[in-house]
Amino acid sequence: MNQFIQELTKGLWKELPPFRLLLGLCPVLAVTKSASNGIGMGMAVLFVLTLSNMLISLVRNIIPSKVRIACFITISATLVVAVELLMQAYAYPLYLQLGIFVPLIVVNCIILGRAEAFAAKNPVHLAIADGLGMGLGFTMSLTFLGSIREILGAGTWFGYPVMWDGFQPFTIMVEAPGAFLCLGLTLAAMNYGTRRQLMKRNREGSEASASPCGGCRACSIGKSQD
Amino acid sequence: MSVFEVFISAIFVNNIVLAQNLGNCPYLGCSKEKGVALGMGTSVIFVTVMATLCTWLVQKYILIPTGLEYLQTLVFILIIASLVQFVEMFLKKAIPPLYASLGIFLPLITTNCCVLGVTLLVQREQYDLMDALIYAFATGAGFLLALLLMAGVRERLETCRVPKAMAGTPIALIMAGIMSLSFMAFKGMV
Repeated sequence: MNQFIQELTKGLWKELPPFRLLLGLCPVLAVTKSASNGIGMGMAVLFVLTLSNMLISLVRNIIPSKVRIACFITISATLVVAVELLMQAYAYPLYLQLGIFVPLIVVNCIILGRAEAFAAKNPVHLAIADGLGMGLGFTMSLTFLGSIREILGAGTWFGYPVMWDGFQPFTIMVEAPGAFLCLGLTLAAMNYGTRRQLMKRNREGSEASASPCGGCRACSIGKSQD
Repeated sequence: MSVFEVFISAIFVNNIVLAQNLGNCPYLGCSKEKGVALGMGTSVIFVTVMATLCTWLVQKYILIPTGLEYLQTLVFILIIASLVQFVEMFLKKAIPPLYASLGIFLPLITTNCCVLGVTLLVQREQYDLMDALIYAFATGAGFLLALLLMAGVRERLETCRVPKAMAGTPIALIMAGIMSLSFMAFKGMV
């Protein structure tokens, strides 16, 4: 049970998928034009990720390791088709908003990444916890970015106006450049926070064991880009 | 739309990375050196065109007549995955020098959203085969252009003094934002 909670919570901060692991950036940048889009996309990924982790963990001993990637892709693609059909039936406006990014969940690195790194090696209940945690972290991050971009770019939050009268929206924030700028600044702020924390800890006299890079995983992005 | 318009709009106006936010993982991951960027970009052009050809034919002659359009995503990704595997084997056997330079990128391309994205966009826009192939080639070329520009900037960035919290990925993202801003200037062209 302890381990279950540990796997569940690691996705919420320590290994927050888009910010810390830098996985699955395309939907992060493309659909966060508004907070509600972010939450919708996040829920879709949460659903696919949890179920694909569960299924892959269930069949992990049957799949020959040579064709495992193809099997993982087939499983996640099947789930994505299911999500597509469900969205068309019950959330059609959201489906139109997200457009091509719903089928593109298949090639979201985070799904394959978690399948390969976690679900293929761990028992079912831990794989589900991992999927839920990562999915929730992903949803949180997308909603956060979507909120910032919507508030600055359109002056609204979930469609309700929140800024003062006469506020001039920075239209650039809801366009493509705003996505890059917003994510870049968020990552920089997180790095800054981590560095400050480390410096404070070092000044308090504990040994300087921490690496100078802090929590930044930029060095590993070359290995995990797929 | 004329062929020329499709071509220009796919490279500049609707650049796959800078305007449509697709294919960001290789854009950030493979843009540290110009050589790597060139290899990745060329492989993407090659695979995108091949994949568009295959998926267009499958959609037209298998999925639509049998009424299975809803399986599009599943079928397309399987086609792309097997195509990439096949191309890899073919290159290894037939053209070893090309395999040596592109080989390491090919497995990564299966999960590049650029390729699946283009094949799906072609279906949504309902291009005919010729337009679809030109669109696929131009989109790949746009990806290569964005990747090369980014690699050039990042090589210079290595020697610059960047605020410590911004070093690495954050500054690369800011650069991408500025680049994307300048590509917005092409908006009125087509």
